[in-house]
Amino acid sequence: MSTTPPAMLPATTPFHPVGPVVTAMPFVIGIGAAFALQAVLPGMVGPYYSRVIGDIGIAMILAVSLNIVNGMTGQFSIGHAGFMTIGGYAAGMITYYGSFFLWNGASVHGGFLGSGEWLFAVSCIVGGLVAALMGYVVGLPSLRLRGDYLAIVTLGFGEILRVVLQQTNKVLDDAEAIRTAGWSQWFPPPVGAAIGFAGIPKYTNLFWIYTFVTITVVVAYRLKQSSLGRAMISIREDEIAAQAMGVNIARQKVLAFVMAAFFAGVAGGLFAHEKGVIISPKDAGFQRSFDYVIMTVLGGRGSITGVMLAATILTALPELLRDFDQYRLIVFALLLIVMMLVRPQGLFGIHEIWHFGRKRR
Amino acid sequence: MADFTQTLMTAVAIGSLYALIALGYTMVYGILKFINFAHSDIVVLGAWISYTTSRWLLPYFGVDFSVSAADRPLPPLWIAPVILIISMLTCGIIGFVIERLAYRPLRRAPRLNVLITAIGVSLLLQNLGQLHFLFGTSPQTMPILLPNWELASFTFGSGESASRVVISFVDTMIFATSATLMLVLEYLVFRTKLGTAMRAVSFNTDTAALMGIPVDRVISFTFVLGSMLAAAAGFLQVMKYPLNQPAHTVWVLLGLKAFVAAVIGGIGNVRGAVLGGFVIAFVEQFGAFYISSQYRDVYVFALLIGILLVKPTGLLGSPLREKV
Repeated sequence: MSTTPPAMLPATTPFHPVGPVVTAMPFVIGIGAAFALQAVLPGMVGPYYSRVIGDIGIAMILAVSLNIVNGMTGQFSIGHAGFMTIGGYAAGMITYYGSFFLWNGASVHGGFLGSGEWLFAVSCIVGGLVAALMGYVVGLPSLRLRGDYLAIVTLGFGEILRVVLQQTNKVLDDAEAIRTAGWSQWFPPPVGAAIGFAGIPKYTNLFWIYTFVTITVVVAYRLKQSSLGRAMISIREDEIAAQAMGVNIARQKVLAFVMAAFFAGVAGGLFAHEKGVIISPKDAGFQRSFDYVIMTVLGGRGSITGVMLAATILTALPELLRDFDQYRLIVFALLLIVMMLVRPQGLFGIHEIWHFGRKRR
Repeated sequence: MADFTQTLMTAVAIGSLYALIALGYTMVYGILKFINFAHSDIVVLGAWISYTTSRWLLPYFGVDFSVSAADRPLPPLWIAPVILIISMLTCGIIGFVIERLAYRPLRRAPRLNVLITAIGVSLLLQNLGQLHFLFGTSPQTMPILLPNWELASFTFGSGESASRVVISFVDTMIFATSATLMLVLEYLVFRTKLGTAMRAVSFNTDTAALMGIPVDRVISFTFVLGSMLAAAAGFLQVMKYPLNQPAHTVWVLLGLKAFVAAVIGGIGNVRGAVLGGFVIAFVEQFGAFYISSQYRDVYVFALLIGILLVKPTGLLGSPLREKV
């Protein structure tokens, strides 16, 4: 008796016009919201609070991206500020020296969404790529080390970066000198040594910050839903079991590092171009990295909305406590300790904010 | 040759400081398996308590703080050990309180949480210490407690190129005090019942508890011990470099390098911490002298990464076992 093979299903699902729209939707909403924020907020709350809201956005990018490594993949990186700083320096070099080559000066060029801002946006992405390259290099030891030892290597990376950035050249501030600068002046790069890279044009505004927040959050969320993200989560839960199920552990870990470093670099670009900020080598030190580790733990392992909330609270809290002046960091530290004692799984645990309305099984 | 000897002596003195601090890191890690980031703050606390006690005590011995430092008489020699002991005891008590209030309730929590709590404790200590009625934010100079005797001096070369190397009393005291403390610790850990209990708890906490070892008490004791060693290191540091600054980079780096020393030696291993402390100090001092002093921190961290990549558990660490 012979059986006829079943009719072949079409290899690809037919094109459906709703698909790309659904895909684009979060970006449209997020970038639209960023645009609205930029249009309305600075006029409404004044420069101080819009600066705080901008800082919250930058913290969100850093915390959500660190969450890919620490929360989802279960590796422990405390060098995230290093990636941020390297991205910030790279982006700053592009806008600062680029402005000299293009417009003969490092002042802000063009208005909102003008040519200067596009140079800035590109520089942030290049900063991200440079940081991602570093992430690849730093991620490689994670194949051999685990747990605390990996944490120590990432910490060492941040500290080495801090010292190396202190040995850079003075910032060049003369258009003629920059045009005629030879190789010796570009290496080590003229980014201001220990005092920091002053003079970067201050392009960062709420629109760009929250545009990049949108991109980071959407990428992180879609990653979490994808097979790639599930493979990462499986490494967090049990590395040996994941390997036994055919997850390529080495590739996933390095990928997590590279992705997290990319967004950290972008955030660094935003940070370096923020008003009132001079990015300096000490930003690469481990104390700043701790801030983001605290956010990911406080938010909950792998919970994107939880980490965003934690980033908001932890950035806003020291500002709100400013009236207490010298007691504010004491209160902050006490809250941190108490939080860990009463809610060790973080604000949301492994859940997202919309899981809370549903009935728990 | 003179330079070499001088660098060697500095390295030995600094190395014994690193080793003292590293011991605290390594003992806590050995038992609780978490990096106690608040440990370096205990070192600073030790230094500040030494400073405050000497400000209180010294006027009784004819030291007048209103005249310039050069005109002050030297206090009796036994004052230094008294201040050292006061500082060690106070930090021991503080270490006990920290463990009792912040770490013990987290005994069963994920290690990452304990780590965050440690960072919180570290922040708390730093900012409490900066309050104006405690230590304040301005740098202070530690009063001179030890005479600047020269115990021995060597002359290398002759004539024009002759250079003299001095073995100072302070350097010798630093090394002697730390060596004594380390020997006491070695005896305590490897020769006493309490030390056996400590090693048992670090080997397997649950089994140790089943064998009737009072785990909580042993952990408390470990913290007290580590904090006392840290306080001693803080005291010795201000003996060598009298400028005492709150929450300053110098202290942050001292704590961080001591931590690196503990990791290089194999964290959790008491003898490894001592070895790591000296290795770090030698690499740092000789690197700074013979290559370039600007990159002295880079050598330390590069060595750390290098050693971890070749031997992931440090020089004397036992290999990790993986169980399925």
